[in-house]
Amino acid sequence: MIYQIIIGLEIHIEPNTKSKMFCGCQEDHFGAKPNTQTCPICLGLPGALPIANSEAIKKTMQLGLALGSNISKISKFYRKHYFYPDLAKSYQISQKDNPFCIGGSLMGKKINHIHLEEDAGKLIHSKDESLIDFNRSGCALIEMVTEPVFHDISEVMSFVKELQLVVRYLDISNADMEKGTMRLEANISLSTSEKLPNYKVELKNINSFKFLEKAIKTEIERQTNALNSGQKLAQETRGYDEKTKTTFSQRTKADSDDYRYFPEPDITPIEIPGSMILDLRSRIPELPEQKRKRFAEKYKLSSDYINILVSDLERANYFEKACSLSKEYKTIANLIINKNFDKEYPEPAGLVKKIYDLGSKMYESAKVTKNAVEKVLIDNPDIVTSYKNGKGQVIGFLIGQVQKKLKGKGNPKLVNDKIVELIRKNF
Amino acid sequence: MKTPLTIKETQEGLKAKKFSAVELVDSYLAQINKYNKEFNIFLTVTEEQAYKKAKEIDRSNFQSPLSGVVVSYKDIFLTKDVRTTAGSKILESYIPPYSATSVNRIEAAGAIPIGKLNCDAFAHGSSGENSDFGVTKNPWNKEYVTGGSSSGPAGAVSANMSLVSLGSDTGGSTRQPANFCNLVGLKPTYGAISRYGVIAMSSSLDTVGTFTHTVGDMEIMYDVLRGEDGFDGNVKNFVKPEIKKRFKLGIAKEYFIDGLDAEVEKMIFEVKKTYEKMGIEVVEISLPHTKYMVPVYYIIQPAEVSSNLGRFDGIRYGNNRNSFGEEAKRRIMLGSYILSAGYYDEYYEKAMKVRTKIINDFDEAFKTVDAIISPVSPTPPFKLGENTKDPLKMYLEDVYTTTANLVGIPSLALPSTFSTSGLPIGFQIMGPRFSEHALFELGRKYHQEIDYKPKIAL
Repeated sequence: MIYQIIIGLEIHIEPNTKSKMFCGCQEDHFGAKPNTQTCPICLGLPGALPIANSEAIKKTMQLGLALGSNISKISKFYRKHYFYPDLAKSYQISQKDNPFCIGGSLMGKKINHIHLEEDAGKLIHSKDESLIDFNRSGCALIEMVTEPVFHDISEVMSFVKELQLVVRYLDISNADMEKGTMRLEANISLSTSEKLPNYKVELKNINSFKFLEKAIKTEIERQTNALNSGQKLAQETRGYDEKTKTTFSQRTKADSDDYRYFPEPDITPIEIPGSMILDLRSRIPELPEQKRKRFAEKYKLSSDYINILVSDLERANYFEKACSLSKEYKTIANLIINKNFDKEYPEPAGLVKKIYDLGSKMYESAKVTKNAVEKVLIDNPDIVTSYKNGKGQVIGFLIGQVQKKLKGKGNPKLVNDKIVELIRKNF
Repeated sequence: MKTPLTIKETQEGLKAKKFSAVELVDSYLAQINKYNKEFNIFLTVTEEQAYKKAKEIDRSNFQSPLSGVVVSYKDIFLTKDVRTTAGSKILESYIPPYSATSVNRIEAAGAIPIGKLNCDAFAHGSSGENSDFGVTKNPWNKEYVTGGSSSGPAGAVSANMSLVSLGSDTGGSTRQPANFCNLVGLKPTYGAISRYGVIAMSSSLDTVGTFTHTVGDMEIMYDVLRGEDGFDGNVKNFVKPEIKKRFKLGIAKEYFIDGLDAEVEKMIFEVKKTYEKMGIEVVEISLPHTKYMVPVYYIIQPAEVSSNLGRFDGIRYGNNRNSFGEEAKRRIMLGSYILSAGYYDEYYEKAMKVRTKIINDFDEAFKTVDAIISPVSPTPPFKLGENTKDPLKMYLEDVYTTTANLVGIPSLALPSTFSTSGLPIGFQIMGPRFSEHALFELGRKYHQEIDYKPKIAL
């Protein structure tokens, strides 16, 4: 029997805000000693009250705007209740009706909504005790929920990778799965018709792209085998065991939660003025897909090269800087991608110089070099001062400036020596 | 020594060296030691803290607004390093790591904290009888309740165990005990005073209440307590408005219901006459949704209670869930049911819609009148045990008081007179949001006219 695969995603992203969602504690908790980043608010102590973090709200809306979501004019927080030892208040402040972002799409895949909520603490189990670390409790968490529009594992994989990239471009989060700043859940079911089947399996506990791919594949196989042998599949939550490479049932529908949502009375509904939306929209940088198109047009690179460059914003920027010094676009891309020259030459000018070397072009004369060095030193008194104050690494900048003046034809050793010599003598 | 009954007299006495702050503490502590066993008002007495602060005050020049004012707190105000129980066994041994904004503000203004006060567990009740630490008895007559849930705060001030006290008011928990103990009680505008550090009962209704002997003292307390603190996002700053010269008051015809005690009803008419004698017009108004007040309140309030009490799940705070009393359990069950899937729309959402209608009633009324006079409790203080068998009857105690909480407006409860059985009765004046200062003016006028003098029961 051939089944249509139907997958919807729930993706959590921990934004790189300074403070947690509703208090002043530090958001970044990676590697911190347990329970050192807490206060009455994120510990959920009696009497404590939440104050919503506007930076987190802005980041959520910016993600929505980048993906074409509608921004709610008035957005509300809700209390979502469930009992778990790591949930300090016995409810999570989350959103339900009127989340910050509604709709939108990425790579043609429809997004249902994007909302903002707080994270729970972390349970640490050992042989005979369980401990709670509240450092993560109350951290801001952006949740994106897609429509059930994925029919293929490869679609899922390219979507989540592209989302990770968009989030990085927007400086919302580094979205590292290994560090838990990006977490994925997939709702998977199989159908024999166009209609949604009457069950879905929620797949949890996935902490890398690799495991996501494997887990979905394993789960699809399990469901296919089950349906083929005439079994009925139930609504349930399953986890993925990396060791056995199987999924296992965590919870079935029978004991599914009733979250008893109601609007959070401690936070008045948040009005989003049009001016704020305009401002946020104006600050959306060039997104990966736009960059790919531009790179293709401007630099005429192969799509493989473009994808590699664009997948790392820093590299893409380095590439463009180098291209502003030399028109050898393909060579530059090649040296970056295949030789990692961007690591070897922290300043793009150095790499451009290397290209001239490789092309065995003549270096500029000692005299021309000296003049260029002099001019650069005069133009950058602050840099010279900080060099003299012991900041040796600023020499890279000076070298870059000289090479720029010499159109990349400076002899690196000569340039370096002249800079050191002239600073010592004249400055 | 005879302790003064107002902030002004206290501070004049301190400045004139008639007595020291330490002597004031001596005197209040003596009263506590003498009567607390019998009346069960204080759960924790902070003697050491009180003397330490009193000595500081004695070294000062008494210039802070509350210099030397001895204060006590309902035990739902968190006090750093001092046990805070909320009147419940659950928190029997809970020592908070931080203090409520109100506590910090009052103490920064020079007040001397003397202890923590009994109350209905988690502020659930109208008589003090739901405290897990035993009922507080009314200092005016120990066979009667003080009212609740701020039973201790009313008891403490009327028994002269502190000059002022802080309570809370979610559905009348300050105004009703103030009335039952011959005190001035204020339920402020929702959003005037920070709730930070006050153990939450019903978050959209909770307010910080204050007990004093006079309206003048209430104004001083209010001005110390109000304003943004950066921790309660619903609090707003406001500038004290110009007070009107001419007032017009309203009395709602819907307030004269079955069950309104004849003596209370008579008193309301006396109040009306008193204002009219001063040339203040009192007209009949209509608040058509009055009959929905208690039902709406008893949907929203337990829903929020069930949410706020969830954290006492037995993992932290010492005692497990078996330590919840009957009333807390009743409200947790009611609230969980109200919020559960399928019933949310039918109950909670509908109640919120009616709440909007009730708010509209008041918006309309305040177009024609500046403030509304109303009973606080339908009856004078009742006897211990009289209402405990019938929770519904106890809930009806709240018929006049829940209004101000549902609408979010301020209400000032004023002592008026004594019933034929010698127990205090009084009324309340409700005004638009942030009209506290106008209510103080109306309260002062009334007390001047009837020549009100503060009295202590013991």
